[in-house]
Amino acid sequence: MPQITVEQAIGQALIEEMQRDPRVLIFGEGVATTQPHLVQQFGAERVRNTPLAEAIIAGTAVGAAATGLRPVIDMLFAPFLAYAMDAIVNSAGKLRYMSGGQFAFPLVVLAKTGAGWGVGAQHTHNLEAWFVHSPGLKVVMPSTAADFKGLLKSAIRDDNPVLFFNDMTLGYHAGEVDEGEAALIPLGKAVVARPGRDVTLVSYAKGVHACWQAAEMLAARRIEAELIDLRTLKPLDEETVLTSVRKTGRLVVVHEAGPLCGVGSEIAALVAEKAFSVLKAPIRRVTSPDVPTPSSHALERAFLPQAPAVVAAVRSLFD
Amino acid sequence: METILTDRSPLGMHESMLLTRAYEEKLAELFAAGNFPMTCSSQGQEASAVGVVRALGPDDQILTNHRSAGHLIARGADPGRMIAEVMGKATGYCGGKSGTLHISVKELGVMLTSTIVGGELSLATGVALSKKMLKQPGIVACFFGDGAACEGIFHESLNLASVWNLPILYVCENNQWQAFVHRRETMVTDHLSPRAASYGIASTTVDGNDANAVLKSALAAVEQIRQTGQPYLLETYTYRQKGHISFDDQAHVDPSELAHWLALDPLTRMEQHLRETAGFTTSQLAALRTKAQERIDAALEFARQSPYPDPSALTTDVYA
Repeated sequence: MPQITVEQAIGQALIEEMQRDPRVLIFGEGVATTQPHLVQQFGAERVRNTPLAEAIIAGTAVGAAATGLRPVIDMLFAPFLAYAMDAIVNSAGKLRYMSGGQFAFPLVVLAKTGAGWGVGAQHTHNLEAWFVHSPGLKVVMPSTAADFKGLLKSAIRDDNPVLFFNDMTLGYHAGEVDEGEAALIPLGKAVVARPGRDVTLVSYAKGVHACWQAAEMLAARRIEAELIDLRTLKPLDEETVLTSVRKTGRLVVVHEAGPLCGVGSEIAALVAEKAFSVLKAPIRRVTSPDVPTPSSHALERAFLPQAPAVVAAVRSLFD
Repeated sequence: METILTDRSPLGMHESMLLTRAYEEKLAELFAAGNFPMTCSSQGQEASAVGVVRALGPDDQILTNHRSAGHLIARGADPGRMIAEVMGKATGYCGGKSGTLHISVKELGVMLTSTIVGGELSLATGVALSKKMLKQPGIVACFFGDGAACEGIFHESLNLASVWNLPILYVCENNQWQAFVHRRETMVTDHLSPRAASYGIASTTVDGNDANAVLKSALAAVEQIRQTGQPYLLETYTYRQKGHISFDDQAHVDPSELAHWLALDPLTRMEQHLRETAGFTTSQLAALRTKAQERIDAALEFARQSPYPDPSALTTDVYA
């Protein structure tokens, strides 16, 4: 299997799905300018630049999705989604329900997230939980090149609005990736990235890579961590998490987003509600603090959950 | 099976306006009597609704907002299913999941609605983009008010529609009120149509209380959109005769302004027109009003007899 980067995987997914389905189109700020090969291949009708106006980009996608097109919109940086919340949350997420099922909204919202680029809190904000909390939406946040491709293909084929978060720092991360139908990965399925018997690490996006490092450090201390990559945050694959915790009896959730009402809180609640009796130690979360993402490299490093913090959290469960 | 109404005759439009008036008066009466949901009335704006909606064809699509009774009824919606929806009944157009504020009827081409003021403006561009790219016939009419025209999305929508050549009839129903605030407090100009020029969009303002005048302006606008593929802004200058929502007692409304606009009531004006041009008598006109009221009485009875949704419907229709 060929090795490609996350950025290439996203590009392949777009091309394959645009080839497969003429209803798929992509638009956003600079989409046509930065991807001339897409314009060349699919034409200016299906690959469009837009004004710097997130609310109308999102609204246009929602209206188009309800009436026969399957838009992919590139919102660039996740904090820009704040301007697009009405269309995504109030319209795409709710109008199927509120219309008694008359409409569907097959659309994908691409947004870059993840600290590490020093661009500060108005360009870096892990706000995936906002959308997990909103009914009618799906939320995807992969960590590997294969998952980026396979999940983006599935997101484009899904008949519901999907928020697809792309951690900027993973762009050059490479991995083996299939082509065509073999590349598909279903939404809503977590994966056991590394099997282990002593503790369950649950993470997603960049946090998965910190957990990999932590798992290796723990292995040196004879603690075998099982690493679960959620991949999709909504719908959440509860069974994969519960199965693992029932095996290990210990849970540490790791994510870059802040701790309050985050995905980690939900995972902790899930396990407390459905697997409390198997827990051998308290559930721990390793997250960034509840502060805006800093821009200084030194502060950004301090902000990010890193492998040593994961190791420390795991070791505390064995004291 | 729903039937799209296209009757552009003065009598046909009058009957639609009478039905809308009877519907909204009935809902106000039921609220006043207690134990009935609040609604946002479009009373006074019936001519604006019917004049535009009847200028459309069966392939055209409509986006509306929370003050939608006139648009829905003019297009052919069944008042029984509308009242059922307001009451949260299973026979409502949205299975009771919309309530009064966001009734859509896909079969009638009354597509997406939003009660987030201006939300419909954000969606209209996408609906029109589908029409254009999928080469479907027809245009898109998007109804909003002067309040929505003060939202940023108004400008974003018109700009994109112009840049992308989208076939949208923007219909600004300038009813002078933005929820509980008079337009004079939020705008230094009286009219919205001049804003269109900033985006290279053609526009006009029409007397929104004269159904025949609205129809004429709307037909011309629709024809221009069909010919050019370009958007158009039609401002219907009208008046919201009732408060923002059922409980609004209008204590803050200037009585002389209200009296001025009540004298310009669109139904009275159409009756005058029917007398002068078609020889309708007072008793014939009264019979038309009675007929509309009887239809609404029957509609209410249908809604009352209808069942509420089964509790299992709580979690359906969330995902496709």
